[in-house]
Amino acid sequence: MPETNNTLLEVKNLTMDFGGLRAVDAVSLSVSAGEIVALIGPNGAGKTTFFNCVTGIYKPTKGDVLVHPPEKKSQKINGFKSNRVTTIGMARTFQNIRLFQNMTVLENVMIGRHCRTTTNIVGAILRGKKTKRQERETVERSYELLEKVGLVDDADEFAKNLPYGAQRRLEIARAMATDPFLLLLDEPAAGMNPQETKDLDELIVRIRDTEKIAILLIEHDMKLVMNISDRIYVMEYGKEIAQGAPMDIRNNPKVIEAYLGEETDA
Amino acid sequence: MVDNIKRSLLVALWFVFLTFPLMVVKVNTLKSIVEWRWMNMLWVAIGAFALSLVWRWAMARRQLKSKKAEQGEDESVKAGFATRLMEDPKLYKPALIVIALATIVFPLVVDIYQTNIMVLALIFVVLGLGLNVTVGLAGLLDLGYVAFFAVGAYTYGVLNSFYGLGFWTCLPIGGLMGALFGIALGFPILRLRGDYLAIVTLGFGSIAKIVIENWEEVFNGAKGIAGIPRPGFFGAEMNITSATTYTYYLMILMVVFAIFITNRLKDSRIGRAWMALREDEIACVAMGVDMAKTKLGAYAFGAFWAGLAGVIFAARNTYINPNSFTFMESALVLSIVVMGGMGSIIGVIIAALVLILMPEYLRAFSEYRMLMFGAVMVLMMIFRPEGLIANVRRKYTGRKVTTEDANA
Amino acid sequence: MEYFLELSSSGLVRGSIYALIALGYTMVYGIIQLINFAHGEIYMIGAFVALIVSGVLTIYGFSGVSILILAALIAAIYAAAYGYTLEKIAYRPLRNAPRLSPLISAIGMSLFLQNYVLLAQTPDFLRFPALIPDFEFMEPIAHIMGSAELVILVTSAISMVGLTVLIKYTRIGKAMRATQQDMVMARLVGVNVDNVISVTFIIGSVLAAIGGVLVGSYIGQINFYIGFMAGVKAFTAAVLGGIGNVPGAVLGALVLGLTEAYAAGYISSAYEDVFAFGVLVLILILRPSGLLGKAVKQKV
Repeated sequence: MPETNNTLLEVKNLTMDFGGLRAVDAVSLSVSAGEIVALIGPNGAGKTTFFNCVTGIYKPTKGDVLVHPPEKKSQKINGFKSNRVTTIGMARTFQNIRLFQNMTVLENVMIGRHCRTTTNIVGAILRGKKTKRQERETVERSYELLEKVGLVDDADEFAKNLPYGAQRRLEIARAMATDPFLLLLDEPAAGMNPQETKDLDELIVRIRDTEKIAILLIEHDMKLVMNISDRIYVMEYGKEIAQGAPMDIRNNPKVIEAYLGEETDA
Repeated sequence: MVDNIKRSLLVALWFVFLTFPLMVVKVNTLKSIVEWRWMNMLWVAIGAFALSLVWRWAMARRQLKSKKAEQGEDESVKAGFATRLMEDPKLYKPALIVIALATIVFPLVVDIYQTNIMVLALIFVVLGLGLNVTVGLAGLLDLGYVAFFAVGAYTYGVLNSFYGLGFWTCLPIGGLMGALFGIALGFPILRLRGDYLAIVTLGFGSIAKIVIENWEEVFNGAKGIAGIPRPGFFGAEMNITSATTYTYYLMILMVVFAIFITNRLKDSRIGRAWMALREDEIACVAMGVDMAKTKLGAYAFGAFWAGLAGVIFAARNTYINPNSFTFMESALVLSIVVMGGMGSIIGVIIAALVLILMPEYLRAFSEYRMLMFGAVMVLMMIFRPEGLIANVRRKYTGRKVTTEDANA
Repeated sequence: MEYFLELSSSGLVRGSIYALIALGYTMVYGIIQLINFAHGEIYMIGAFVALIVSGVLTIYGFSGVSILILAALIAAIYAAAYGYTLEKIAYRPLRNAPRLSPLISAIGMSLFLQNYVLLAQTPDFLRFPALIPDFEFMEPIAHIMGSAELVILVTSAISMVGLTVLIKYTRIGKAMRATQQDMVMARLVGVNVDNVISVTFIIGSVLAAIGGVLVGSYIGQINFYIGFMAGVKAFTAAVLGGIGNVPGAVLGALVLGLTEAYAAGYISSAYEDVFAFGVLVLILILRPSGLLGKAVKQKV
């Protein structure tokens, strides 16, 4: 059982039904501060559905999603809309990149600051001191984040014109702009070449170490997962079949069976 | 080339067939006469042939363009004249001064009739700017925009005829009523996807007209409300000419006001959230943007301008009836936004002026105006979806100024 | 009771006309997720062509039933041609464009076609000849349901059965269903998606034209603007039944027709459109997937 003192996210027996289909079946999972936790499993195991339930895009059928934000009181968040989940401090990226294609790279990141700023319509029209300050801070913070993911030179480019790997990094920067304590990455390495994957690998570790953001990621790339994860959960057919340190997972017969035919060369 | 001509001939033949019963035959059932208009067939053939050639050429160009864009050779490299004009202060400052002078002098050099038409055009500029926020920025296709225009006009009409309230009292009330209705109608349809939204707003627009037409006690039904006073100026007596001139200047102020405000909003936290909502609703909400608030804001803001414009419209005409608020007006404002370039303020202004003034001055054209609007909407979507003048993106300067910015 | 039956029969007639138009909306939407705003215009053009053909034939001395059949046939052919051309010009180039683009293009096309007919023919109402003869056997119940109404109900029913058979059992029907399920996949397994879409437009247009001929003959007058309201109503019916769902469109149309008839009969005819839209708004809020539609979770 994971330690409870620093737990950030605690999911208990989460279940999600679509009509008659049970996509996620009583999955429990927790993430503590300073951890990189991976959720793996064959295609169609229900990993993304799990993510969608946790981040408020779907409302789970059963089970609880509890968050324990650092220095704030704990909350049960199942059924919250995804913007509230993000405001609480859990931000995500998407498996099939969902950037604001016709906005600039910088603007994409600036949207992430939306929930940390307060300018309303009247404020935007009057453009008072507070608005100006917030705006300036938004731009500065966004540039900072772009620098961190190495996209600062593309700041004025449209998001749609970025290469694939850069788009994935931009999604991460955008999510980080919301000041999360936990970052949920849905297959961040999908479609990347080995070099890009390696850079990503470093980026994720850096985010945890220097930004103090815990990370929960779904990934197919076994090498990446084994390299950087502190703990791993394995799902198959909606059920959790194993959890533990990378070493244990690698040698777990159930996991090997589940992955038979998929890449086991990790 | 020969192949092109052959294909265009076939297209021409097809259109001759297609338009035959409607263009050539005309039956007078009362007198039992069939009128054969063979000349029309010839015109259709020639027209279709020529248009087909142009069409194919334009399509080829369009494909080339998208191929280029894929290879990263964006059009933006060679910025068009319009873009240069707007970005270079050396160019746009004198242009702005010339435009300002022209607008000030305009009512002094032309007659009242022309000024009056210009006032109408300016009303549509404001409507266009308002709808531009809802459709262009936030991506919420509103086909019942005219309802808010009607709300403004009737707010003034009703408050004036029942309680004797004046223009200046009613102007803000009209705007607020518009915004209020925007929120009230926006609320139930928050969750609807783009195309459902279109049809429901269309329904709202029609309902508004039906209610006005049938609620005799308040709106005086199809007869409309007459004798609405023109805008007052500290109670000064004005003849029609000076009242019109005065309304014109008022309208200019309002347009400037609208430009100023929409511009500020566009470059703000709110404006960015609207654009993000248009681009990808799910991602936008997942990044912490409150969908309901943001959408309602866009609706209310767009409707606010329609309300204001409605009050002025009632004051300009001194008479309103339900026929001024049909789907045609909604379609007209929408084509202004589409033609101007979604989200582009300057484009919307030009489009509004062109689309309203052209039929007024070219009488021959006025018969064909709705036909042209329809065609323009289709063609713009296919060949120039970004509008005549694309939305100029603000560049934010941060800590690092890249070299590209320096010589832009 | 008599009044109720009368309203019911007029509601059913209305409903079956809406159904004929709604089928075109629902089929097109099912395949390319587009509200074909100009579909109502196709219906209007169908009615105009039928009027013109029957006018010419009457003047040249043709008689009764032969006029009806020829007029309907030619109207259907022309509607099909217009539907086909419409898709090719206004929608096909926008197949991969953002969602709003084809919708705006459709609105543009609708305006264009309306004004084309206005300019080519007339802005006034035209008298439509009563093409449907009075049957003797309908005499006893004529005050509840006339011959024209019977013909409308029967024709609509036959058309819908025909459409169902076509979709269920023919090759093109299968291709249509495959395309509706997954356009990319259908293309991969060798379905010519462009052709399927064209055929869908053609079928929808033919049904709309049949509706146009029937309505013209029933109401007795048409003008260039009849397509707009009919189109909006039919779309409402399609949404009501669950857009993309063929039986749903028919059910939705009948529900809408009856609602309107009762509302007009018992409350006020001035507000019947308000009721129609009211039903639409309610349905979209309470059950956005429609009466028979399946709720689809958007994939994230």
